[in-house]
Amino acid sequence: MTARSGWRRPPSARTQDDRGIVSAADWRHRRVRWALRVVQGATLIFLLIVGLGPLLWMAKSSITPTQDTLRTPMSLWPHGFDLSLFATAWTRTHIDRYLLNTVWIAAGSWIVQIVVATTAGYALSVLRPRFHRVLTGLVLATLFVPSIVLLVPLYLTVVDVPLLHLRMVDTFWAVWLPAGASAFNVIVIKRFFDNLPREIFEAARVDGAGPFQLFWRIVLPMSRPIIGVVSVFAVIATWKDYLWPLLVLRNPNLQPLSVRLPTLQPTTDLGIFIAALTISSAIPIALFLLFQRLFLRGPGLSGAIKG
Amino acid sequence: MASYADRDVIPGVAMKRWPRVRARLSRDGLSTLVFVLPLLVIFGAFSWFPIVRAFVMSLQETNLVSEPTFVGLSNFSRVWADPLFGIAVRNTAYFALLALIIGFPIPIVLAVIMSEVRRGKGLFSALAYLPVVVPPVVSVLLWRFFFDASPTGVFNTILGWVGLGPLPWLQDAASAMPSIVIEATWAGAGGTVIIYLAALLSVPPELYDAADVDGASIWQKIRNVTLPQLRGVLFVTLILQLIATAQLFTEPFLFTGGGPANSTTTVLLLIYHYAFQNSLGGEYGMAAALSVMLAAFLGAFTAGYFWLTRSWSTSS
Repeated sequence: MTARSGWRRPPSARTQDDRGIVSAADWRHRRVRWALRVVQGATLIFLLIVGLGPLLWMAKSSITPTQDTLRTPMSLWPHGFDLSLFATAWTRTHIDRYLLNTVWIAAGSWIVQIVVATTAGYALSVLRPRFHRVLTGLVLATLFVPSIVLLVPLYLTVVDVPLLHLRMVDTFWAVWLPAGASAFNVIVIKRFFDNLPREIFEAARVDGAGPFQLFWRIVLPMSRPIIGVVSVFAVIATWKDYLWPLLVLRNPNLQPLSVRLPTLQPTTDLGIFIAALTISSAIPIALFLLFQRLFLRGPGLSGAIKG
Repeated sequence: MASYADRDVIPGVAMKRWPRVRARLSRDGLSTLVFVLPLLVIFGAFSWFPIVRAFVMSLQETNLVSEPTFVGLSNFSRVWADPLFGIAVRNTAYFALLALIIGFPIPIVLAVIMSEVRRGKGLFSALAYLPVVVPPVVSVLLWRFFFDASPTGVFNTILGWVGLGPLPWLQDAASAMPSIVIEATWAGAGGTVIIYLAALLSVPPELYDAADVDGASIWQKIRNVTLPQLRGVLFVTLILQLIATAQLFTEPFLFTGGGPANSTTTVLLLIYHYAFQNSLGGEYGMAAALSVMLAAFLGAFTAGYFWLTRSWSTSS
């Protein structure tokens, strides 16, 4: 996919092998080499236990009988498997419906975010209307406002949209539209557009392309990598969201998994519940494994997402 | 291809304006407006307006029925007089301190070790990052099983193997907050590790060469080259972590709901409580006042922090 290949980290100036904390000379000492292997091996084991362990426990508990998980949570399959837990979670606990809600919410938020970020990035970077500096500043400024400040007034805005007097509570719009107001997306996309070669725009203009052709036929196709990056992060962020959908989606039939799971827990059999947890983390984990490089390539994106 | 232009905008307007538009790529033309519109509408309604409204609301008595009325600073004084306010501030500070002690050093140590891994580095970082992509709600609900206070709980079983425990974990006022911090560290450390790994890559290798010439040991290189070079990044991640911990909601809300005995009521839980858990109708004014206070404190704290550390962080 272009999203993966386009964002490779530029080759580092440092040749990895001999110019780090441990120099080639250090590496030649047997004692150093041995100590290093032990430290790294221990770190790997630590990461396996801590990073993967809880998830493996979750996966295991969603295919073992509930009684086993309750009595001996740390033993491996004392009484065999119970493969019906997933099916029960899917059908009788209606995880299918809540998963579909989550997918809907993520898809709609994704579209709104991409539309707002690409059009805004194009306007601020390429078209540059008279007030583009002020607008960019206003977008940037929202990055410095802690999201908690928005919580209550945004809720009241969604309850009664100013000027239009619409009530968006208990519709997906209440999640979709506010998702678009992501300064991070706009700034990242604008920066990318800023770096596109202007000569191509000039050439397109000489050939008679208007602003819409330029956007649709030239800027967007050239920006597939960054749109891919923003998309993956947008989907995962919506998937993780809890507080906002909890506030604006009061109707259980519309709630996503993240909101539904805590309310389901007291009335659901433990094994079935853990199977539901496994289902709801499967998609973000799959996205992560597919697009690993986007997540692990550095602070630019993974670190700057606003909490 | 002459029809490009008038297909997009209203034909008459487009035809008339086109030469000028073409000359300056439609500076402020109708098409520019079309592209700016989503930004203006979405940011206006869901970002700029609510931010301004937060400040206005903190000075108002607001409910969903009647028109809001200005009440001066009474929302602030009511929050200030609430006995839960002091508790929430103390708990949030305690949380931030614990998160600093437990959560800050771990990613540094991990990143320094991982930066010297020669093969399978991707596996290391993928494992470290994996908990970050698990939805927070799933992590919290999963860790509630781990923290089960009965002797057959997951962690208590493990402690039992080495003859310790059982610990009460979330059910005791003294251990509830540390338990939450442990989970939050697990869920967040991977992101910081990745930031440090990138920062470690940008340490100029000449510095290590120079240290080698001087005969420095590995340990000395870490202390005198690596950590000082990371200083700038560490200052930023430290303040980002503090800002994030001050706004933590999902973990205390789902783990304990503020209990036992209000030992995990944070400022954010209190804001939620004012606005959305009030049987008498939402105290939106008080909630907005507390949000504004928290934001002002974080802003002042960040400014002060950068002012204090400006000489240290730029000298590298």
